[in-house]
Amino acid sequence: MIQPFSENVLSSRQQTQWIVELRDVHYSIGNREIFSGLTLTIPRGRITAIMGPSGTGKTTLLRLITGQIKPDSGQVLFDGIDVSNLSLRELYALRLRMGMLFQNGALLTDMTVFENVAFPLREHTKLPHSLIRHIVLTKLQAVGLRGAAQLMPAELSGGMARRVALARAMATDPDVLIYDEPFTGLDPISMGMIVRLVRQMNNALGITSIVVSHDVEELAALADMSFILAGGKVAAQGTFNELKGHDSQIVHQFMNGLADGPVAFHYPAPEYFEQLLA
Amino acid sequence: MKLLRELGDNLRSFVVTVGAVSLFFGRVLGQIPRAMLRPRFVIEQIFNAGALSLVIIMTCGLFVGMVLGLQGYDLLQRFGSEDALGTGAALALIKELGPVVTALLFAGRAGTALASEIGLMRATDQLAAMEMMAVDPIRRVVAPRFIGGVIAMPLLTVIFVSIGIFGVQLIGVQQLGVDAAAFWSQMRSSVGVDDVMEGVIKGCVFGVACSLVAVYEGYTAVPTAEGVGRATTRTVVTSAVLTLILDYMLTALML
Repeated sequence: MIQPFSENVLSSRQQTQWIVELRDVHYSIGNREIFSGLTLTIPRGRITAIMGPSGTGKTTLLRLITGQIKPDSGQVLFDGIDVSNLSLRELYALRLRMGMLFQNGALLTDMTVFENVAFPLREHTKLPHSLIRHIVLTKLQAVGLRGAAQLMPAELSGGMARRVALARAMATDPDVLIYDEPFTGLDPISMGMIVRLVRQMNNALGITSIVVSHDVEELAALADMSFILAGGKVAAQGTFNELKGHDSQIVHQFMNGLADGPVAFHYPAPEYFEQLLA
Repeated sequence: MKLLRELGDNLRSFVVTVGAVSLFFGRVLGQIPRAMLRPRFVIEQIFNAGALSLVIIMTCGLFVGMVLGLQGYDLLQRFGSEDALGTGAALALIKELGPVVTALLFAGRAGTALASEIGLMRATDQLAAMEMMAVDPIRRVVAPRFIGGVIAMPLLTVIFVSIGIFGVQLIGVQQLGVDAAAFWSQMRSSVGVDDVMEGVIKGCVFGVACSLVAVYEGYTAVPTAEGVGRATTRTVVTSAVLTLILDYMLTALML
């Protein structure tokens, strides 16, 4: 059903319990070092949260995992395959096994909700229309938006757009679902719906979920395993309770939402007194 | 010294841009065969670039033709050769005004639409989402739009020229009283197939240039509101300058 790609990239190997491994990854943008020796492993079949203050490279981490960017040094392994060594063709094949939910949904604005969900199927398969229709309606039903199939993306609320995007990411039945800031800017009801969906997808289908976010409360209820990124490395990892009791200052500041701490309230500036008198 | 360095910097960035555009052009050309396998998307884009530009092309063609009728008549009657109006105006339209003015209008109407559409898709992560769904945006988004523009442009040129000649005739024959038989027969006897070919070739070349500029600017736009705006502006400016430079080169080659 899928275009002929090399076998080793497509088939799930199930060798290790880790689906994603980063080994000593260094990455800089210009002179700014984002990661300096980042090492982390994401367990298969679980919900893993990647947290951290803004600007610590959470989204960059996702782009590394999905092969949109390559590390300066170190390895990024997806199911044992080094993502940075793949040709574009192999990378595309690998991406069929990943679903990604963008922050604002990133729905194709010139198509209906139905066509958006059908898009990856039409692009990658030669399934008959009736079967595609069947799959799309199933996916939309799962996110509760079967009734919105004929709406255009512009007619959807933020939460609905994200649920459609989730249905679209699910259309090709990926092994891993990656959520980039799925809770940002949603009202509590929509947020609750997304939390429930992430949990459902994980429980019912055994999909590995990677959630990047800084909504500590939502993730507390959701994640099996959490990482806190700070200063280009993993500052802390473990279950939510382990993080709550972590003794590092930055972790303490982040988990409790304190205004001042290792992440300073004041942006670096010359002495206040001197600048006023100058 | 400073001047020299600035000149060097500009020259370098120019060379870099030309290189980047060439690479991009290569990628687009490489995806064209696969894009052609799904003609529905290409036809949609021919409609967007061509059919939606028809009104502006026809209006402008009519008025350019009518002006040409007035000016041409004024010029020719000084030599007492008003009957040559048909030939002169037709040659001017077919060889120069048609392709050039159509390209300028095309850049303003279809080019900006292409650039801002693709730029906005970039800014709203739609292109990134396609890449994540293992769909090459060059094949799915850029190539059909490029082909659509390349096909639409010569067709629009032909329509512009036809309406233009109608406009000349409207002023020259209907209003100023040039003899209709002389007008048409002189035109037919002195405008050759090679003249028409010259116009069509120009239309095709301008179509490639303007479409390429538009999709390149859109695809490489900085993903912000400001960036998309700037890409749109640059599309018009670059297309216009490029059209006029190419026009000189093609004219020098084909005359």
